Amino acid sequence: MGHGPAVKLGKDNASAYKTKLGVGMFIAYTIVYAIFVVINATNPKAMESIVMGQTAAVMWGFGLIALALVQAVIYNHLCTKAEEQLNS
Amino acid sequence: MVYTQSPLAIALFVTFVCFVLGLSFYLARRTSSAEGYYAAGGNIHWFTNGVAFAGDYLSAASFLGICGMIATAGYDGWMYSIGYLAGWVVALFLVAEPMKRLGKYTFTDALDSKFNSKAIQLTAAISTLLVSVFYLIPQMVGAGVLVQPLLGLPHWVGVCIVGIVVTIIVATAGMASTTYVQFFKGALLLIMSTVVVIAVLSKGLTTTPENNGQPYHDFKSMTASASLELSDPSYSIVAGLDSVYGEAGFVKLAKDGKESIWQLNEANGGYALEETLYVTNMADGTKLYNGAQKEDGAFFPVGHIKELKMDGQEVAATGAVGPLAYLSALKDSTIVLWGKKYIADGANKLTIYYQKPTPGSRVLRPGLKFKVDNATPTQTFNFVSLMLALFCGTAALPHILIRYYTVPSQAAARKSTIVAIAAIGFFYVLTLFLGMGAMTNGVINLTDNNMSAPLLALSFGVILFAVISSLAFATVLGTVSGLIVAASGAVAHDLMDNFLGMNMTDAAKVRAGKIAAVVVGCIAIYLGIVFEGMNVSFLVGWAFAVAASANLPAILMLLFWKKTTGKGVAASIMVGLVSSLGLILISPDMWVRYGLLPQDAPISFNSPALISIPASILALVVVSLMTQKDVPIVASETAGA
Repeated sequence: MGHGPAVKLGKDNASAYKTKLGVGMFIAYTIVYAIFVVINATNPKAMESIVMGQTAAVMWGFGLIALALVQAVIYNHLCTKAEEQLNS
Repeated sequence: MVYTQSPLAIALFVTFVCFVLGLSFYLARRTSSAEGYYAAGGNIHWFTNGVAFAGDYLSAASFLGICGMIATAGYDGWMYSIGYLAGWVVALFLVAEPMKRLGKYTFTDALDSKFNSKAIQLTAAISTLLVSVFYLIPQMVGAGVLVQPLLGLPHWVGVCIVGIVVTIIVATAGMASTTYVQFFKGALLLIMSTVVVIAVLSKGLTTTPENNGQPYHDFKSMTASASLELSDPSYSIVAGLDSVYGEAGFVKLAKDGKESIWQLNEANGGYALEETLYVTNMADGTKLYNGAQKEDGAFFPVGHIKELKMDGQEVAATGAVGPLAYLSALKDSTIVLWGKKYIADGANKLTIYYQKPTPGSRVLRPGLKFKVDNATPTQTFNFVSLMLALFCGTAALPHILIRYYTVPSQAAARKSTIVAIAAIGFFYVLTLFLGMGAMTNGVINLTDNNMSAPLLALSFGVILFAVISSLAFATVLGTVSGLIVAASGAVAHDLMDNFLGMNMTDAAKVRAGKIAAVVVGCIAIYLGIVFEGMNVSFLVGWAFAVAASANLPAILMLLFWKKTTGKGVAASIMVGLVSSLGLILISPDMWVRYGLLPQDAPISFNSPALISIPASILALVVVSLMTQKDVPIVASETAGA
């Protein structure tokens, strides 16, 4: 059977921590995304209201894209830190 | 409308092709092992891989399709950008590192990592092939569509050019050359899209947009009494209120022997008339554009602002503005969108495009394309289901997942995903400005909004147009090469080596992969030619729905549920595949394509994800619980790891 990584990977003692962190981050983003979808589906007129000079819809869109990036950077920082501590 | 062929666009595209072919032949000398061919040796730098992710993911559907949709439907087009990007969160937090840890060359490897199940090898390979082909067909047809107006070549030539170039790229150095093609294409796409957006913002907004030095069409209007006495007596009435035109809210007029169609709006006890655009499909198959041949150029591009407001004041032009001021001014202004009605005039069928002045704040919120205002439960279901498919589809696309095997470590897989999120997120922000720029700069071709981004570039001069046009071809090259690698891996590695147990040597695996790439490339060319003239962009939606339904539940349950069995995974893939495809094939959208009435379709929704994803999960849980004796003893590597 030709499975297994193409390159040899070392043991990763931080794996369990990273999985738990990833699930937590995923749930947090999913909740925000779900709220966005529910508002659009049930009260789209609310998305026309003005927030900081833009429609709420535009602010939500920028917010979701920015949130993905911010969460990604935080996730990487915490994962890298855990890898340094647990794999050294 | 008629496009002008650009020698510069041809030269730039040929240069890019020569460059990537040269690179492929150079890399081919270093690609002799299976690891080298299928996974680029697993030593691609995470930053390169991240940008290549963007080059792989941002297909013609993203670059041309989303910009075109925003240009005609405003915020609803941007919802695709938001949903697609959200999918990368699933990839980063749940899929990236386990995929790297468990897989070797294909995503089937990861699914099958602890089971060695023939059923998984077969079903996952079928799913990979189906998703890849659904994705491949629109890309190949798109190549043919692009080549016609931009390079003046027939459809089949465009398909063959892309098919042959991509097959050479993949068959020479596999994932290594594919990675660098995608890297350069991704980087160029980001840079050039930024340049166009800077040009849009520098120009600002105006009520009279110029198009590459050409003045915007002066839309005529007039008034008429209740009995249809026209304020401009030089026009005569050809078809009035009691005709099929009048019943649909239009009149047909003539001036100097030339006919035109006008929209009727009730005003002050009479009517206000506004000029329209129309396409006539004659009984003999001939198409006329505003009553003339296409080459006559009578069907002009559209897109303008009716009332432009900046800081509460009505102005004719804003001058250069920042991105937030640009959107703020659009929000306060009135933008002319375009509605569409169909009329049968004897044996002729007409499509009439009419002006729909719409408040900017309405354009910059959902509801112009998606039925969310006063929606029925089915319409709400449809919308939520689509947003779910976008969210779940990305992390289950085989041609995206194989990128995780090209980096040396799990940390590199994670970091490359973050680079991808940054690059793709930035691009999707740009799509809002590209789309709104096209909407307000008089560049939209109402018969094909996919050309909005290149035509927006044309409004700033032929050089930018040439660069963006050649980039559109490069976009197709990058995505198609990734799809062919994924499909050839499914055939050579999953089916031949694993499922059929052919026990190939390393050299034989590479040879099989190259032969599979050539065969898949030939099939792609064939499909691209036979699907000419068909609007097949919906197949990308199929790919997302099938990937989200067949692949993602299996991946996630394998990672997070210890009781998952091999038979459960195979059942999940099959149920997800059959249910998503089955629901799509009996949906109202497909009923229209069969030439039937959408209301006669057995189901009333188009997006299957909200049913097929839970069905796939349910199948996995039920079958796994029924086959618990098959659970491997060592389960900690995946579930709960």
